[in-house]
Amino acid sequence: MFLQREITMTKLQEFPIEGKYGKYGGKFIPETLVPAITELENAYKKIRNCSDFKKELCYYLQHYAGRPTPLYFAKNLTDYVGGAKIFLKREDLLHGGAHKTNNCLGQCLLAKKMGKKRIIAETGAGQHGVGTAMAAAVFGLKAEIYMGSIDIERQKLNLFRMELLGAKVHPVNSGTKTLKDAINEALRDWITNVKETYYLIGSVVGPHPYPMIVRDFQSVIGKEIKSQVKNITPRSPHALVCCVGGGSNAMGTFYPFLDNENVSLYGVEAGGLGIRSGKHSATLNAGSEGILHGMRTYLLQDEFGQINDTHSISAGLD
Amino acid sequence: MKKVSYLQNNRIKKKFSKLRTDKEKGLICYVMGGYPDPITSEKIISSIVDGGADIIEIGIPFSDPIADGPIIQEASFKALQKGVNPDICLNLIKKIRNRYPDLPILIMTYSNILQKKGFEKFMRMAKGAGIDGFILPDMTIEESAEYLEYSKKLELATVFLVAPNTSDFRIRKTLEVSTGFVYVVSVYGTTGIRNSFSNYTLTAIRNIKRISANRNNISVGFGISTPHQIKIMSKYGADAVIVGSAIIEMINRHKDDNIHILGNKLKNYVSSLKDACKSK
Repeated sequence: MFLQREITMTKLQEFPIEGKYGKYGGKFIPETLVPAITELENAYKKIRNCSDFKKELCYYLQHYAGRPTPLYFAKNLTDYVGGAKIFLKREDLLHGGAHKTNNCLGQCLLAKKMGKKRIIAETGAGQHGVGTAMAAAVFGLKAEIYMGSIDIERQKLNLFRMELLGAKVHPVNSGTKTLKDAINEALRDWITNVKETYYLIGSVVGPHPYPMIVRDFQSVIGKEIKSQVKNITPRSPHALVCCVGGGSNAMGTFYPFLDNENVSLYGVEAGGLGIRSGKHSATLNAGSEGILHGMRTYLLQDEFGQINDTHSISAGLD
Repeated sequence: MKKVSYLQNNRIKKKFSKLRTDKEKGLICYVMGGYPDPITSEKIISSIVDGGADIIEIGIPFSDPIADGPIIQEASFKALQKGVNPDICLNLIKKIRNRYPDLPILIMTYSNILQKKGFEKFMRMAKGAGIDGFILPDMTIEESAEYLEYSKKLELATVFLVAPNTSDFRIRKTLEVSTGFVYVVSVYGTTGIRNSFSNYTLTAIRNIKRISANRNNISVGFGISTPHQIKIMSKYGADAVIVGSAIIEMINRHKDDNIHILGNKLKNYVSSLKDACKSK
């Protein structure tokens, strides 16, 4: 069964006022974190258009992470499906194995410029944890990763990779023992060690300015697609299709195309055992408005506002 | 600085006036609503009030309490597992209100509990149950327009938090919109018992006291559990102290005991804390 919710995406403001995207976003955080996100917002405002910063980040994206990633014509899949010409943007070939590296390199470099020595991060499937460990290692920063103990069980290999890269992984046993509780625990760490610590959020979530920062660092995906498509055809792609968990790969892909009305944008959420079963991760399709992890957004929650467990066979889409 | 003065008949305001006259510091006690179960919870609150608590904060459990340390997190989690919800907590508040008509009662919870029902609707229900104000640790002044509007309409206090790293400029802005009292977070960290406090805590209290210049009631919380700590906080300018995790821990320690034993332990503990609020 497919549920489809159409979302009107207007051209997002480059630097949203008060961190608001319509009525969504914002900053709902304990007061102790306000100076930290203000410091981050100011630092990012200053550095985002600085050519030295862009040049340095570009260097690491190319030489350390392996950008650009191929835009591959999936001929067999195209023939098999028998409709559209299907191209795959191979973010899986990026160093670390996922698009997460784009954002981790960007934010670690930003953290370094801000003079922070210690990076903390949450991770679900472990890809963001691996990306963080990798980026922290290259910039000589200390990394500590929070990961739900259930996710650790599901994704042991990524735990091993993070540790190999020199990160310390804290298993999270509170609440549902998965991603949302890993975020809670990382936020608690940040509240406690706010002065010297940089919190590296892995998706377009959290209080402003995080969604904006992650969007910007991931938009390298969409920008590359744009120029790679030009080598193939003079027209724009008919559609872009992305999976949506936290939304960073989708946002990074969609953002440079938002003002192009000829391109349809499809975000696909994990259906789990079906929407009606309640065991799924389709936050945007089946969720309702709420406040969690510093922002106003769509959430899977019960009638009283308690956050529900998400479900997907894929750790990372839940 | 303009001072919000819509709380003419609010019990919190009256309580602080009385504390001033009596030259006492206020004792604010936090309990998790419905923990360990709704019936015991009601008895716990009575024991605490009988022990001398001036103001009661009732927590509504939330699935993702980011400002809370392990003790309150666990109490939230267990309360939710037992089916405690905001309706049950409001019912509990009604009962407490009937028994103690003059007791100042606040709800402490996270913004999503209000958001889900709609700020106006939830706040109206809570007012109807008998509360005097809200403490929302994840509500920033930037996001508070709707919350402030209905608080004013319903004559509910809006207690905002100030942290040790909050700038003087922001302290001023926060004091302007805080009514009832302002909640000074004593430490970098989440709720939970601390053995000692650093100098930065005392500096922060003194600084907020200076900026407020007695226009706000300054309540200090996070980590406080002993009479000695209360005396220190008072000395540096606190008008009231907030004790939470230590109470939950006492409940946990006596969870297998008879409710009368727990009730007496809590009453004695709270009364020892209140004594420290009275000492000069």
